[in-house]
Amino acid sequence: MKTLSGRSKAYKIFSVILLVLLALFFLFPLYWIVTGAFKPAADIYAKEPVWWPSEWVTTNFDNLFNKRTAPLWELAVPFSSYFAGKPVYFSVGPTVPAAFRWLVNTVFMAVTAMIFTCITAAMAGYALAKKRFRGRGILFALIVCAMALPKQVILIPLLKEMGALKLMNNLWAVIFPTIGWPFGVFLMKQFSESIPGEILEAARVDGSSELRTFTTIVVPMVKPGIGALAIFTFINSWNDYFMQLIMLTGGSQFTIALGIATLQAETSIDMGLLMAGAALASIPIIIIFLIFQKYFTQGITMGAVKG
Amino acid sequence: MAKQPKQTMSRALQRREDIAGYLFMLPSLIFFLGFVIIPMFMCIGMSFTDANLNAKTATTFVGLTNFINLWQDAVFLDALKNTFLLVVVTVPAVTLFSLWVSSAIYKMKMPVLSTFRCIFYLPVVTGSVAVTVVWKWIFDNYTGILNTALKGMGLIEKNINWLGTDGIAIWCIILIMFTTYVGQPIVLYVSALGNVDQGLVEAAQVDGATDLQVFWKIKWPQIMPTTLYIVVITTINTFQCFALIQLLTEGGSGTNTVMFYIYRMAFKLTEQGGHFGYANAMGVVLAIFIAILSAIQFKLGEEK
Repeated sequence: MKTLSGRSKAYKIFSVILLVLLALFFLFPLYWIVTGAFKPAADIYAKEPVWWPSEWVTTNFDNLFNKRTAPLWELAVPFSSYFAGKPVYFSVGPTVPAAFRWLVNTVFMAVTAMIFTCITAAMAGYALAKKRFRGRGILFALIVCAMALPKQVILIPLLKEMGALKLMNNLWAVIFPTIGWPFGVFLMKQFSESIPGEILEAARVDGSSELRTFTTIVVPMVKPGIGALAIFTFINSWNDYFMQLIMLTGGSQFTIALGIATLQAETSIDMGLLMAGAALASIPIIIIFLIFQKYFTQGITMGAVKG
Repeated sequence: MAKQPKQTMSRALQRREDIAGYLFMLPSLIFFLGFVIIPMFMCIGMSFTDANLNAKTATTFVGLTNFINLWQDAVFLDALKNTFLLVVVTVPAVTLFSLWVSSAIYKMKMPVLSTFRCIFYLPVVTGSVAVTVVWKWIFDNYTGILNTALKGMGLIEKNINWLGTDGIAIWCIILIMFTTYVGQPIVLYVSALGNVDQGLVEAAQVDGATDLQVFWKIKWPQIMPTTLYIVVITTINTFQCFALIQLLTEGGSGTNTVMFYIYRMAFKLTEQGGHFGYANAMGVVLAIFIAILSAIQFKLGEEK
């Protein structure tokens, strides 16, 4: 017994050391982005590895912000080109560096997609879990099948559809398909299953309307699910590079990910500039993740348990 | 007993349920049907035509021509081979690695556990573009830290063009992909291992079972559904890997994949670009492969 516990102790120490090394390896890219963003050019092109900036400078950010400018915010009215012939934009605010504008676009896109997804998915998930309407079996099967579908397969038709709706190069063209993606409905169905039928029955007997039952009884009970879905949708939408790449073509509608990718294609040698862009693209979302990570962990787990 | 009335629901009640159900489904259904289901059928339909970017020539039905041409297309076959290499290496690597990390950390105290979990999840949150941009620099031929560090340690004499060499580039991509794919599996495994019936584990330990026996005989069967889910989502994600390829190599150096080829075929203005019909046929084939693989994985998972 003694040798065995000795061996398992040695294994434990070994595994902790290995874990720490791996953690450092996983942290390295982020460390490299942040330090790279503040390094002077001399450090970046040095022949010897420079692990820590010899001097912290903001030149890279200056370059990033001075490159291009755009109005702080333009809201594209969905479907407006149908009625006005061309897209209608509300321009708001002063002219700012384009990178800020990209950030504003990204936040708008992610927040809008998040709000719409949470509302529609909470309603649909509740209906699928608790309403015995005809056809729900088929609908649910369709949702599960669509979840396994490779998303990119539908992109060409989606592109044609957005062209027909005159939504090309419009943030709504990225937002709408995100709302349609059925994972949220699936997740909210899992959460809604746990609502006791007796409570809903009691509400009905008391004469509560369907909508009232939903807002006063169902929503509070599935709140953790909504929280998880919100943060999940937010991060996914923020990082959904492929969809953004296909749908958005013009500078002022770019998201931060797309902006950085374009910068890379244009100036693939200015690593400091690229790191500044990467820092701008990733640090906000990482902070949001760290704040809400408890909901997030719960959400991914819940979606899989019964899946 | 509570379920009894529902089975014999009156017609009026059923109608009420129908109306309420569909009203609640409606907002979601509009987006789901409009932006997922309809495009899916359009994709299948288009794959049997010669639809292309040039809208002036009428689209004609060409039957299975696209599907037949695919198997004579050397670029497609090469892309298919690369895609399968990615899947065959990444899926087991991600599954085993995340299982090992999770079993090493799931009993740790909360702040330590969540720190590790966060760190392994970071590359997912960082976003594919930022991750790719920094790795591109790390692997860079002239200014990359990998080359300067290896040269500094005297391990290599000349700079290695990591992303520009056939046979090396794809392994660099696998490595990066690996770091961005293990985050979710680790979260899932940690919670699955935490839910394993502790009574069974203790009973086995009293009977003198070793840690390894406890793992294979008790924990492994109980976390099987999680493993299955992880294998399936990792397979789907690997098939769909796109940003890495586009931003690191643009499909060069032997890293072309089906997903990237679809993109190039449909959206890049090359001499063969804009062939929507052909690109959609590839999409359909890809979807079929994913469906078959998922079905096999589910079958294997259920037998165990």
